[in-house]
Amino acid sequence: MASLHASALTLKYDQRTVIEGLSAGIPEGRVTMIVGANACGKSTLLRGLSRLLKPAAGTVTLDGKDIHSRPAREVARILGLLPQHPTAPDGITVRDLVGRGRYPHQGFFRSWSAEDERAVQDALTATETLDLAPRNVDELSGGQRQRVWIAMALAQETEVLLLDEPTTYLDLAHQVEVLDLITDLNRRRGTTVAIVLHDLNLAARYADHVIAMKAGRIVAEGSSLEVVTEGLVRDVFGLESRVVPDPVSGTPLIIPLGRHHAGSPHTVPTTLELVS
Amino acid sequence: MKLAEANPPVALSLPVAKTPAKPPKLIAQHGRTLILAVGVVVLFAAGVLLGSYTVTIPDFFRILAAHFTGGPKIPGASFIVMENKLPRAVIGTMIGAAFGLSGGLFQTMLRNPLASPDVIGISYGASAAAVTAIVVFGASGPAVSGAALGGALVIAALIYAISRGSLGSGGRSSGGGEAAGSRLILAGVGIAAALHAFVSFLMTRADIRTAADALVWLNGSLNSASWDRAGVLALALLVLIPAVAVLAGPLRILELGDDTASGLGVRVGTTRLAVVASAVVLAAVATAAAGPVAFVAFLAGPIARRFVRKASLPASALTGALIVLTADYFAANIAPLLLDGTVLPVGVVTGALGAPFLLWLLVTSNRKDA
Repeated sequence: MASLHASALTLKYDQRTVIEGLSAGIPEGRVTMIVGANACGKSTLLRGLSRLLKPAAGTVTLDGKDIHSRPAREVARILGLLPQHPTAPDGITVRDLVGRGRYPHQGFFRSWSAEDERAVQDALTATETLDLAPRNVDELSGGQRQRVWIAMALAQETEVLLLDEPTTYLDLAHQVEVLDLITDLNRRRGTTVAIVLHDLNLAARYADHVIAMKAGRIVAEGSSLEVVTEGLVRDVFGLESRVVPDPVSGTPLIIPLGRHHAGSPHTVPTTLELVS
Repeated sequence: MKLAEANPPVALSLPVAKTPAKPPKLIAQHGRTLILAVGVVVLFAAGVLLGSYTVTIPDFFRILAAHFTGGPKIPGASFIVMENKLPRAVIGTMIGAAFGLSGGLFQTMLRNPLASPDVIGISYGASAAAVTAIVVFGASGPAVSGAALGGALVIAALIYAISRGSLGSGGRSSGGGEAAGSRLILAGVGIAAALHAFVSFLMTRADIRTAADALVWLNGSLNSASWDRAGVLALALLVLIPAVAVLAGPLRILELGDDTASGLGVRVGTTRLAVVASAVVLAAVATAAAGPVAFVAFLAGPIARRFVRKASLPASALTGALIVLTADYFAANIAPLLLDGTVLPVGVVTGALGAPFLLWLLVTSNRKDA
């Protein structure tokens, strides 16, 4: 298994420091959700972990070795990344796109091996995009397209997979579908997953481990039951809320109070009764 | 950790569907590239054998054999084929392929059909330097080619430096590559305009005969094709084409966006610089050999893409060669019939094709994006 760690990491864009002296580990074989308000540095942390951003200070290590000192392709065979806005070339087919995920596994005189073919087939099967394989990516719906990009990341067959807001622009049903798919991947292959996610409720439900960030620092870390509390939501998001057990999974469910509907705290148990 | 131990990282246990046979579309695409290759051969042969001076195929091989074995030459025909028609066709094919490849590289990397060396000012760099050499220093022949090569490289470096702010370093947004691309195109268009003014200024200062020489060069012409030039060009392509073949792999990944490419183990900055450098040198050597033959680099990529139905560098190169050979056949053999014997420079024909094609591209691509 591969382990991914940041130690005393400082990340900057030009002169602007976003993260300073942060240390964190991504637990092996588990699903980690990185949450926080807008501009708290969670995407930046993911960029740092995936070596898109070179640290101004500190290191990111993969299996104990600095990821910036290892050959790019070697790292890409262990550490996969699905960025927030990947771009599909015009007229590319689903199979061709997913096949490009095999790039780090191919040699200098890259020839398409039976192993590559199997990996692509597995990735298409796992994401239920096998039927879409001959189609053009431009023709697909948002949900289908996201599944295809995940298939590309799966075809890379890495032990660690980082995803930057993989559910953005998807409706709720597709958000759940994508997160279920990633959970399948984690359970079947033991892939270590780290996801930056906006939706705190979904993050709490799907996470084995939650990292909550504020202003470039980690404010809490642990299981969602430990981390996601009314106090944390107030501290990190500046939002008053009730946190109740999710009636389906038992994980924390955040109910924002807002200014207009927070009249009676009695509504909280009622909600639970209604569902059960 | 526990989860991982309980479920060792094995491949998905889902049934693996049988590997399907290669889809017929793939064969069709290669078939279409093959058609382009055949087209190049046919037009090459037409350029050498047909036209105002016709040579039969047996005569052609007799001339070729005689040239290499020192056997008896066919009076007249030997000279015309070996000193005019053949080098002209060879150079036409090579500059077409070089321009096509250069345009294809830029257009693929910057994801923008406007990004070709003749639009973003690199050809203007060559023109400005060559016209300066002709008008100010009275240069001719290889000196002009050398000046053109130098001018193209200097201007390309300048454009790259201006746009580099976001090209080299990873910008924050994942669209950084595209933003850098537009910066490069804008910088190039701006510099092209300035150089265009400079060339016009030089032309007004030149005496009429020098100006005529400069004008022929500016139009791009194969009229002064020679084996020396062909040799230099062939040598350059012998280095550049393998370099492009190596870059084609990472370039395919770079098409997925900078972040995705980094995630897949491509060194984005290095690859981008190598692609720009190869594309610039390709355009520069072609321009040095025959002048800035208008719009070939710009047209080849999009035409190839529509014909083979995907972005393909070999198809771009073949299309470039096809455009130059067709335009030159027209310029040398058909235009004189229509224009009382005037042999047009090849660049006039490709330029005349370029404008309507640009409009067509704008209209159809808008419709597609909508």
